[in-house]
Amino acid sequence: MLPFDFEYYRPQSLQEAVDLFQSLQRQGKQSMIFSGGTELLTLGRIDLAFTEAVIDIKDIPECNSLQVNEQRLLLGSALSLTKIEEANVFPLLTKISSGIADHTAREKITLGGNICARIFYREIVLPFLLADSQVLLSGPLGERIVSIHDVFQEELRVEPGEMLIQLAMESKYIRAPFYAFKRRQQWETGYPLITIAALKIDQRIRIAISGLCPFPFRSQEIEASINHKGRTIEARIDGALAVLPQPILADVEGSAEYRLFVLHNLLFDVLAALDQVQG
Amino acid sequence: MTGQTKGRGTLKSFTISLTINGEEKMVPVMASDTLLFVIRHHLGLTGAKPSCLNGDCGACTVHIDGRPMKSCLMLAVEAAGKKVTTIEGLQGTPIQQAFIEKFAFQCGYCTPGFIMNCQALVEKHPDADDQTIKEWLSSNICRCTSYAEIEEAVKSVLKKK
Repeated sequence: MLPFDFEYYRPQSLQEAVDLFQSLQRQGKQSMIFSGGTELLTLGRIDLAFTEAVIDIKDIPECNSLQVNEQRLLLGSALSLTKIEEANVFPLLTKISSGIADHTAREKITLGGNICARIFYREIVLPFLLADSQVLLSGPLGERIVSIHDVFQEELRVEPGEMLIQLAMESKYIRAPFYAFKRRQQWETGYPLITIAALKIDQRIRIAISGLCPFPFRSQEIEASINHKGRTIEARIDGALAVLPQPILADVEGSAEYRLFVLHNLLFDVLAALDQVQG
Repeated sequence: MTGQTKGRGTLKSFTISLTINGEEKMVPVMASDTLLFVIRHHLGLTGAKPSCLNGDCGACTVHIDGRPMKSCLMLAVEAAGKKVTTIEGLQGTPIQQAFIEKFAFQCGYCTPGFIMNCQALVEKHPDADDQTIKEWLSSNICRCTSYAEIEEAVKSVLKKK
């Protein structure tokens, strides 16, 4: 059990959830949107997370959508990672998802929960960054659909009371050639040194990275260098390494120097997998 | 769930309906109670083991509507209306017999969690390949190093299926 008490609400509709948030705010209560809830349970246990009220959104139908058709893929934020993997509608997403935590934990971890996590890896966002996804948010001012690039800069930045409801992308991305790899310090379960995801679309390679910096990112500068066809592969990679965001992480998983060494080799792997592929 | 109209209550405690090992129970819980805590301390079912309490080790694994779940990662109120199966709800299953035949445990503390995970695996993937078995078994930790024997136990059940 957690060392603090809180109120628990389970709204059945988006409007009910928004109203609840506003009502709790008026009462001066700190509230938390809850889907899988793994961070509240693990961090709350050691006093690193606290809330006075939980709004559990897993009964809201829009948050459980999973639709794929000729035009687009749409995923609800309360879908568990295992449900997304079982559906396997976007192989790159399946690959990235299956590297997060472990199989049973992924029964509880949700798409929205991982994107909004305090833990900085937030790896599930990588395929959505690569696919220029659209994000549906709902809050006190209504619903809005925005580009993921407008609201995800290092972390999801939304207005107070706004909830992540759905993510969508054009279907051309789910069929595009891809490469993904999660390099760990050791073993096959646990946090990454670096997770890299790459996708080739319109003859250009896109790259998104988690674990290198204290936030996941996709960088236009890195992609410009990697796609500079007139240069040698070594020069393209060196160019990418010269424009990395900062800071480079140095922690128990690996030093900054080691992470850069690992990234150097991963970029070689990306190019070996995708450079000559039609995409 | 009583003590609260769904989404409209203001209470921190509830009486929830749990179908536990096939038996429906009304259980008083606090919102902050984990399912593991309620199973052990309110229902007296001590098969699910507390260990890391952090979702890492899998010793507390149970089934929620047939799917494996680390009960330390779930609030009891989230389980309202669901079918919960603990190790006490498995009686003489092939996977339990296989753990005995393959000596798939030493101290036994992790065994209930492993068995619940393995049972879900053989039910959901009767044709599981090595990769799937490895992926599922990586959810649980055994510090007595019985991994090879546990894998053998799973494979022996899958072979019979």
